[in-house]
Amino acid sequence: MAGHSTATKENWSGGTSPFGISYGKMMMWFFLISDALTFGGLLTAYGFMRHKHADVWPKAEDVFTHFPFYEGHIKLAYVGFMTFVLIVSSYTMVRAVEAGHRLNKKGVLIWMFFTIIGGLIFVGSQAWEWYHFIEGTEAGVWKNVIENGQVVHKLVHGANLHYNEYGDTPLFADFFFFITGFHGFHVFSGVVINFIIFLNVLKGTYDKTGHYEMVEKSGLYWHFVDLVWVFVFTFFYLL
Amino acid sequence: MERDDCYEYSLDHIHGEEEGKKIVSWFNKVILILTAITIFELFLGFQVPKTSEHWWMVKLAFLVLTILKAAFIVLEFMHLRDEKMQLRLIILIPYMSFIAYLVYICLNESTSMFDTNVLLGHF
Repeated sequence: MAGHSTATKENWSGGTSPFGISYGKMMMWFFLISDALTFGGLLTAYGFMRHKHADVWPKAEDVFTHFPFYEGHIKLAYVGFMTFVLIVSSYTMVRAVEAGHRLNKKGVLIWMFFTIIGGLIFVGSQAWEWYHFIEGTEAGVWKNVIENGQVVHKLVHGANLHYNEYGDTPLFADFFFFITGFHGFHVFSGVVINFIIFLNVLKGTYDKTGHYEMVEKSGLYWHFVDLVWVFVFTFFYLL
Repeated sequence: MERDDCYEYSLDHIHGEEEGKKIVSWFNKVILILTAITIFELFLGFQVPKTSEHWWMVKLAFLVLTILKAAFIVLEFMHLRDEKMQLRLIILIPYMSFIAYLVYICLNESTSMFDTNVLLGHF
């Protein structure tokens, strides 16, 4: 115990990082905590409204049933595919980080390339899903909606920020657009960051610095994006 | 150019081919577990209708499995398990306690608002 306390004192008496971590990684963790608080707040707000309007909230599994090249409806299939893509791209990122720890430039390049491809597939899938959500069904649903302060009875197709055909509250589509949009933008910026780091690896920037810590930092961000999607997947599609 | 900033900790994790193989085989296991959990979740969601009387158990299972997946991602993929205990605690404890508090308050409040709506109508 005595040894432990002197070690702690030495750690905190300056000249060294008490957490044994470099400045860049520490700041990435701080950023991720604040970003996680944002997503936590958004998802909690979603849960709040969903509970408050539990009687008129649509079932997400009946809304997102489209699958590419298939006319019928399968619930959960496409979003399951998206989740799989993102988890696998997280795996390829961790392999890139590991290759970086072995100073294996070729390995870093290959695995980062797969990560970028996975990210692009995910963003594309999300755009595809948004398109079908906004378009809606061909038949549509007759609804009383508020337009210009008047209650109008009209045929509603798909969803927008004011009304949607799926449930009796616009909040469902509002939260869907906001949270998956915010997450999709994170994925997009993650792809851009990964692409820039990929180019740096290609140029040999990290051969000069002697380590691949930058890959580790962008990896942290990429895993965080995957982490958020795990929660979005559960709360939007499964529950 | 002399560098003194990020060198000392950045080189800590550098390892050889042998150790690399061990780490990779562990990551292979982690990705298999994560995929298996996701497939199991999809299977549950596909099989059990939301109107079923056992839905609450499925809901609970989803929550537990989600937190399990999150733990794997944060501890293994983000390497938090390899960091010092103090760093792990300052990242996890404040965040989790705050979110747990927020979720508790919000769900409690919204449930009571729902009950009021049922009694008095939407307003």
